Parts: sequence; C-alpha cells; structure tokens
Amino acid sequence: MNYLLILASGPPPVPLPTSAMNDDVLFYFYIFALALFAGYVVISKVPALLHTPLMAFTNAIAGISLVASIVMAGGDYGPTANWLGFVAVTCATINVVGGFLITDRMLKMFRKKGGEQ
Amino acid sequence: MDPQTLAIQSAYFVASVLFILGLRDLTHPDTARRGTNLAAVGMLIAVVGTLAHQDIVSWWLILGGLVLGTAIGVPMGLKIPMTMMPERIALSHCFGGLAVALVGVAEFVRHDGQLDAMHMSATGFEVFFGAVTFTGSLMAFGKLNGSLPGKPTTFPMQNVITGLAGIACVAMTMYLIVNPGNVVVFYGLFALSLLLGVLIVLPIGGADMPVVICLLNSYAGLAACASGFALSNPVLIVTGSLDGGSGFILAMVMSKAMNRSFTNVLFGAFGSDAAAGTSAVGGASNAAVNAATVEEAVDLFKYADSVIVVPGYGMAVAQAQHAVRELGAMLEKRGTRVRFAIHPVAGRMPGHMNVLLAEANVPYDSLFDLDAINDDFSSTDVVLVVGANDVVNPAAKTSPGSPIYGMPVFNCDEAKAVICLKRSMNPGFAGIENDLFVHPKTMMVFGDAKKTIQEMVGALREGGH
Repeated sequence: MNYLLILASGPPPVPLPTSAMNDDVLFYFYIFALALFAGYVVISKVPALLHTPLMAFTNAIAGISLVASIVMAGGDYGPTANWLGFVAVTCATINVVGGFLITDRMLKMFRKKGGEQ
Repeated sequence: MDPQTLAIQSAYFVASVLFILGLRDLTHPDTARRGTNLAAVGMLIAVVGTLAHQDIVSWWLILGGLVLGTAIGVPMGLKIPMTMMPERIALSHCFGGLAVALVGVAEFVRHDGQLDAMHMSATGFEVFFGAVTFTGSLMAFGKLNGSLPGKPTTFPMQNVITGLAGIACVAMTMYLIVNPGNVVVFYGLFALSLLLGVLIVLPIGGADMPVVICLLNSYAGLAACASGFALSNPVLIVTGSLDGGSGFILAMVMSKAMNRSFTNVLFGAFGSDAAAGTSAVGGASNAAVNAATVEEAVDLFKYADSVIVVPGYGMAVAQAQHAVRELGAMLEKRGTRVRFAIHPVAGRMPGHMNVLLAEANVPYDSLFDLDAINDDFSSTDVVLVVGANDVVNPAAKTSPGSPIYGMPVFNCDEAKAVICLKRSMNPGFAGIENDLFVHPKTMMVFGDAKKTIQEMVGALREGGH
C-alpha cells in the first residue's frame, strides 16, 4: 500500500484505507481462496459427459451479478448509474432464467440404457 | 450488524452453500437435475434477500429489467435447439460480461470516481474482464453462427498489437489505483478492454472454439469475482470463483486434449499456429481414396460384431444425431455391440457431442471418453466416423511436422475397418490433411451425413440378414 502511495504524485485524492478496511480485504481473499478450492474439488469430478450442462449451470449461477445490478438499478445513485443498472439487471436475468431452464432441459435428456433418467 | 443487513448476508450465505452443493450434484447424471434445482433455489433466495437492501428507493427499473430479462430468457432457455448450444453459451457469456462491466461503470459513476485503492483496483479488473468477455463472446458467437468468417482473421503484427493492448489495459488499471478519479483513463480502460476482446478472438478458428469458450467462461467468472471485491459482496466472490474455476478447469482439459501448452491457452495465442502449419503436411491428397457406396458400407456393418461411432462437428452441422441413434439401435437389434467414442474437443464446446446424442436418446452409458475406449479400437470390427476429422487424424501420432502432432487421437486405424462419412475430400477446418481418409482400411462415403446414414438404416432394414 505504502509503495503505491509513494508512487503517486501529489496528495492522495482518497482517504487512506483504515486498518479495519485491510482486515476486510484479507477476509474476502479467504473467501476467494476457499471458494476456488471447493470449486476445484467439485468441478474436477464432473464427468466429460456433463461438460456442456456444467457450462450452462455455471453461466446460470454467474447470473448472481443480478444482486449487484438490482441495487445499482434501484439505489439513490443518480440516473446514469440506475440506467446502467437496468441494462445489467436485464442481462443478468436473461442468464439466470435462460441458464437454469436450458441446463434442466439438457439434463432431462441424459438417460441410461432402457430406463428412465 | 442491523437486522436488514443480517437478513441479506444470510440469504447470500445460503445461496453460496446451495451453489456449491448444486455443483456437487452435477458430478453424476442421476443427481444433476436435483443440483440445478438446489442452485435455482439459492438464486431465488439471494435475489429476494437483495430486495430488502436499504439503498433501494425506486422499483421501476428493477422490475422493468426483471420482466424484460425473463421475457428474453425464457424463450432462450426453452426454444434454442441443442445444435445451437455453443452459440447459446457464447451469447450468455456475452450477457454475463456486459452485466458485470456495467455494474462496474455504474459503481465508478455513482462515486464520481472517488474510490479507495482497493475498490478502484477491483472495479478496474471488473470492468476489464467484463468488457473483454463481452466483446470476445460476441465475436465467438458471430464466428459460431456464421455471421462472421469462421476462419482465423489475421493481420500483420497481430500478436504485438494484441499484446500491447493487453499491457496498456493492465497499466491503465494500475494508474487508476494510484489516481482513482481519472475519468478519461477509466473510460479509456473500458474502451480498450472492449477492443481487446475483439482482438483476442479475431485470430481464432472454429476448431479452437472449445478452448476459447472455456476461457471466456473463466473471464466471466473472474469479472464477477472482481465485482464481489469491488462491492464487498461475498456471494459474488464465491460464485465468480466457481464460474471462473470451472472455465479454467475446462480450458485445461481442452488444452490437454489438443496438446497445447498452458501458456498457449492462457494467452490465447492459438489459431495462428495451425494456419502456419497447413503446408507442413502434404502427400495425403495424392494417395488413392477408396470411395464406396452406401451398400458396400452396409455390407461391412452386417458382418460386424462390434462397432464404434466417432462423431465430430460434422454430425452437428448435418444434424445427423437422430439418424446416428437410429443406425445404432438398428445394429444393436442385430446383436452388434455399438459404442460411441467422444473426444474432449469434438465439436465446438466441451461436451457438445454428448448433449447432441443425449438429445437423440442415445443412453449415456453408451458414450465413452477417449481414455475409456481408445484401447478397444484394435478389437473392433468397424469404426464409423461421422464428421470428425482432427480427432481421428493419425498424423497426431506419426508425423512430427504436423501442427496437431502429440494431440491424443482415437486409434481408428487399429480397427479392422473404418467407414468415414464426409461431404468431400476438402481438408478440415484447420486445413490439415488426414491420412486416415486414404488409409487402406478406410472406406469413404461422400455426401450429407444425415442422408447417408438414413440410407444405411434403410438398406439394413431391407437387407435383413
């Protein structure tokens, strides 16, 4: 942090991060690292058979950016942010709704010999 | 923590757990649908929780976006044919990238650029990855559905220019961390990232699409992850990591199946290699092609105890999956053992062939991976190659000069006989000659794969024993 501030010419235009802030950052990196490990363990077990549904599935859950878009579209942040949020809500909703529907549609088709799914 | 925040954060926590549990269920076809339902419930909980956010003052744009998105998303989910799956996936990466990039821009706008170093760097990466994913996926979509030329588009100094654009993007992000309020640099970063997405996908040909789609999947996840850091939202970080990790793992699987190096995949410097190697392999076209009729091919099937079908992108193009299933069922009724050999990079995205064959009602226990079936070719009577090319090219094993040398391929030439269905003798997408097509054991049946297979089914039905 200090290194970057030394690099900056002139006074920093933003308030310095507090120590509480830095603790938070570390906390989020924990989440990031643990989610990566959990994801790696689980995803590497998905058989090649289901790789297309896997992509559709992760697409659908990545539509979670919907929650950020919703706040951006409805918050008291000024019209520009709101309209950008509106487009983001639309795009994310397409992914969530379309993504889950198509994943399920694909998975319905996978069946064993002679039997139901 | 006030009750409102606690409720929202709990919703996000439950959603994160359900997403991971859902992914775990995706490891087997029997439980996969339950996994999708779990994740969908998680998504609903997260969205409903968000509606309690204290910053929300107006509902019109939220409702409008939800309604419009649903109106577009439902037909996209229910109507798009399975053969268009790669296009559909590329398009959804495109929407995902755009949503995240716009949230990043909106975050910058609402703070007038006054973000602290940590949030500025996260927002910078968010906009960068989001924008690259957006235009990159748009390009991939165009190439896949044929509105853009599918062949690699190259121009002089391409790699240098793309590299410089990438370095400039990173430099601009660094600059913003130090001087967060600089509006010109921020929008410059946004614009340059959009351009970079185009530049990255421009030189990539159709056969390399599986890797690109995985990479774009990974970028979309990284973008969501960065937005989680920018907005201090753990559910975005968790989900972004899952999405990004999944795309990355798939890209690694694809690169291994194409014998491309890690860096080659990571920096997207493919396409040009294959194009450069076109003239490296020759001779095949001079050898004699054993063109055969449908009847001659059917005679081989009649006396075969075991058949392996190797589908490729050509099967998707010809929409031949239903005909292939019919032929398989017909042969099985005659007592022939029929299996399907699926190469990881067959088609235009991971798992493409599996989905098409599942759609045609081929049971999934007849579908075999490269490793699971490759040793069985030597004990197989007939191999039927339907629109596959590079994945059955023996040059990958025998000719060190070939651009695909070292790529694991099916040992079709070890079977007693091979029947290849192909439109014409034109080399495949990568422009590489295929010696399997002129192999003494190989019988070429030219024409539309779907029509040819339907004729085979007809001949088998009439021919009896």
